[in-house]
Amino acid sequence: MGKRVGMEVSIAAAEAVKQANVDVISAYPITPQTHIVEHLSEIVANGELDAEFFCVESEHSAMSICIGSEATGARSFTCTSAQGLALMAEMTYIASGLRLPILMIVANRTLSAPLSIWNDHSDTMMIRDCGWIQFFVENGQEVYDHVFISYRVGEDRSVLFPTIINMDGFILSHVIEPIELIDQEKVDKFLPPYQPLYRLHPDQPVTMGAFALPAIFAETKKAQEVALRASLPKILEVWKEFGDLTGRYYHPVETYKAEDAETLLVTMGSIGETASVAVDRMREEGRSVGLVKIRLWRPFPFEALKQATLHAKNLVVIDRAVSVGGPGGPVASEVKAAIYGEPLRPTVYNFIAGISGRDVAPFDFIKMVDKAEIEIEEGKKDGYELYGVRE
Amino acid sequence: MIENLNVFAVRTLTQKEYFAPGHRSCQGCAEALAVRLVCKALGRNIIIAAATGCMEIVSSPLPYTSWRVPWFHCAFENTAAVASGIEVGLKVLMRKGRIPKKKIVTIAMAGDGGTADIGLQALSGALERGHDFIYVCTDNEAYMNTGIQRSSSTPFGASTTTSPAGKMKPGQITWKKNMAAIAAAHSIPYVATACPSYPLDLIQKVRKAADIPGAAYIHILSVCPTGWRSAPDQSIKLGRLAVETGTFPLYEVERGKYHLSIDFPKLKPIKEYLRLQGRFRHLTDEMIEEIQDRIQRDYEILRERSKRGF
Ligand SMILES: Cc1ncc(C[n+]2csc(CCOP(=O)(O)OP(=O)(O)O)c2C)c(N)n1
Ligand code: SF4
Ligand SMILES: [Mg+2]
Repeated sequence: MGKRVGMEVSIAAAEAVKQANVDVISAYPITPQTHIVEHLSEIVANGELDAEFFCVESEHSAMSICIGSEATGARSFTCTSAQGLALMAEMTYIASGLRLPILMIVANRTLSAPLSIWNDHSDTMMIRDCGWIQFFVENGQEVYDHVFISYRVGEDRSVLFPTIINMDGFILSHVIEPIELIDQEKVDKFLPPYQPLYRLHPDQPVTMGAFALPAIFAETKKAQEVALRASLPKILEVWKEFGDLTGRYYHPVETYKAEDAETLLVTMGSIGETASVAVDRMREEGRSVGLVKIRLWRPFPFEALKQATLHAKNLVVIDRAVSVGGPGGPVASEVKAAIYGEPLRPTVYNFIAGISGRDVAPFDFIKMVDKAEIEIEEGKKDGYELYGVRE
Repeated sequence: MIENLNVFAVRTLTQKEYFAPGHRSCQGCAEALAVRLVCKALGRNIIIAAATGCMEIVSSPLPYTSWRVPWFHCAFENTAAVASGIEVGLKVLMRKGRIPKKKIVTIAMAGDGGTADIGLQALSGALERGHDFIYVCTDNEAYMNTGIQRSSSTPFGASTTTSPAGKMKPGQITWKKNMAAIAAAHSIPYVATACPSYPLDLIQKVRKAADIPGAAYIHILSVCPTGWRSAPDQSIKLGRLAVETGTFPLYEVERGKYHLSIDFPKLKPIKEYLRLQGRFRHLTDEMIEEIQDRIQRDYEILRERSKRGF
């Protein structure tokens, strides 16, 4: 067992980056990601980590530097939020297209306008289809652990994809939690230095980033798509190995009191912890309610999600982002797509809750479940609501 | 034909090609020539980060490549940042003993659009950070790759597809951005202008840039017959005229000190340069005079600086 220490989650994230022996760090400050960058610059300034650290002139350049350094075979890290992520959006597609296993932590924050620094998932949903492996974590320990897991998976030669760890801004980034640190020796064993398949070097000249005409583009996209889907078994394998090492086992979809539940709440991110409190209360009242939490967002765990949800009657899916003018929240869309082909499937009711950091308390989940159960009973098939909005 | 020019073979230059023949640039493309010379100047121990633009498109249609050196294309506006990443990646990997220590020159290459417009911020950041790399801007004075649209490096009066000469407007109505001066304002150790019509001068400057530790910026005027509406066999001559008329003076700024590479006691009249290019066909005598005055004035300033040294 490693040491258990109380620390701010952003600091824990930075400590993990240090322990992962990252070679290049490049970032631009933005609330609520700032504490990670600040702590990393301290770590490098104090010589605790031998890395090149650049606080650059924009997020676009932060990601571009990581792309360049990763292409030489240097383990590279960046982190951002909201507007910063929007500014690097163009580069995220290129990083995955070029199969560069960069790690980025996104401290999720609302995208402007109106300007808001608070937490929801609108930033990361903007780049949902950028081709990165994407995790949503629930607490500080998961952030810390997934820094090692992400590099280990992403750098595997059967994978070679960049990874995003999504953690809720403020709700996670700024709270102090007990974190169990892993001994450096164990980390080094679990995560050896990166051995790229190809690197930019004159001894073995390669061309990276060629352009594709229509006659060949589709084949390159298909290759990327097949490869990202195929990373799932590797993710499961690494999670298992990590569990054996630390006792903390992770799964693409986590369930809580779900096996026999008629109604299931479906969440993603830190909101799952509050939802579990609500589930306990409803269970105490004798209601048949459980919880399903999605941890792996890309590649989307269709099978695991089906396994966790198909037995239920109602799914109450909580989204933290709006697809304005679209079919509802992005998580609900995915959930519906996952179960659509099943002859017997639960009815989905979609709530958008807690946008821009508005608090979602346990009783809010209870109210949402109440409403969904009643309306589905009355025959509603496409329940969708921005929860708790004053009109 | 280039009049009064003795043809001679350059013995000091490698016969090896690193930017291989067979790429798809237009006939008479001096931008391709500039890129070829930059590579020849440095040999194989280089890594190139290239911006989107003509040189990228003509050289890398998947699954083919013209590059015999490591070459990386990422996007249009971030070449300086990508090159920064390559430079620091190599540095840290060598320091940590994960790749053998040796001198590898990192080069960023972008057009005038990728440099003076959309890439200016990334370039400024990289120059300010002082990465040990060479930034080469191949300036053909417009966005050629996308069909001859104006850039901030397009000269006054030039007609492009987005600054067309019409009844109300005489083509480009702004003056060419002075990128070399902007680069020099970052107090980097080495800035130079060059032109492939003066190959030995260009090669010497590239080598100097590689030898000097820290960031170097080289601005290369690259005649583009397609965009300039000039004859493909006039490209070398046009490059020479650009220099001889003072339109594009060749100089260096070494640790802040200005030095004219070639000084002309008397500049050739600008008309000689303009009349060979369709993009200036519509210019009135008045406008030509205005251009002539401006060139003369700018050249005097440069000459003064070169004499003073700063
Ligand atoms: C962000 C972005 N905006 C616009 C483009 C379209 N684009 C590609 S190359 C180019 C112009 C290139 O001009 P320049 O840098 O001068 O290079 P040249 O082709 O003239 O050598 C443009 C506008 C792009 N690829 N990316
Ligand atoms: S358009 Fe101009 S710069 Fe581009 S390849 Fe043709 S001649 Fe060269
Ligand atoms: Mg151009």
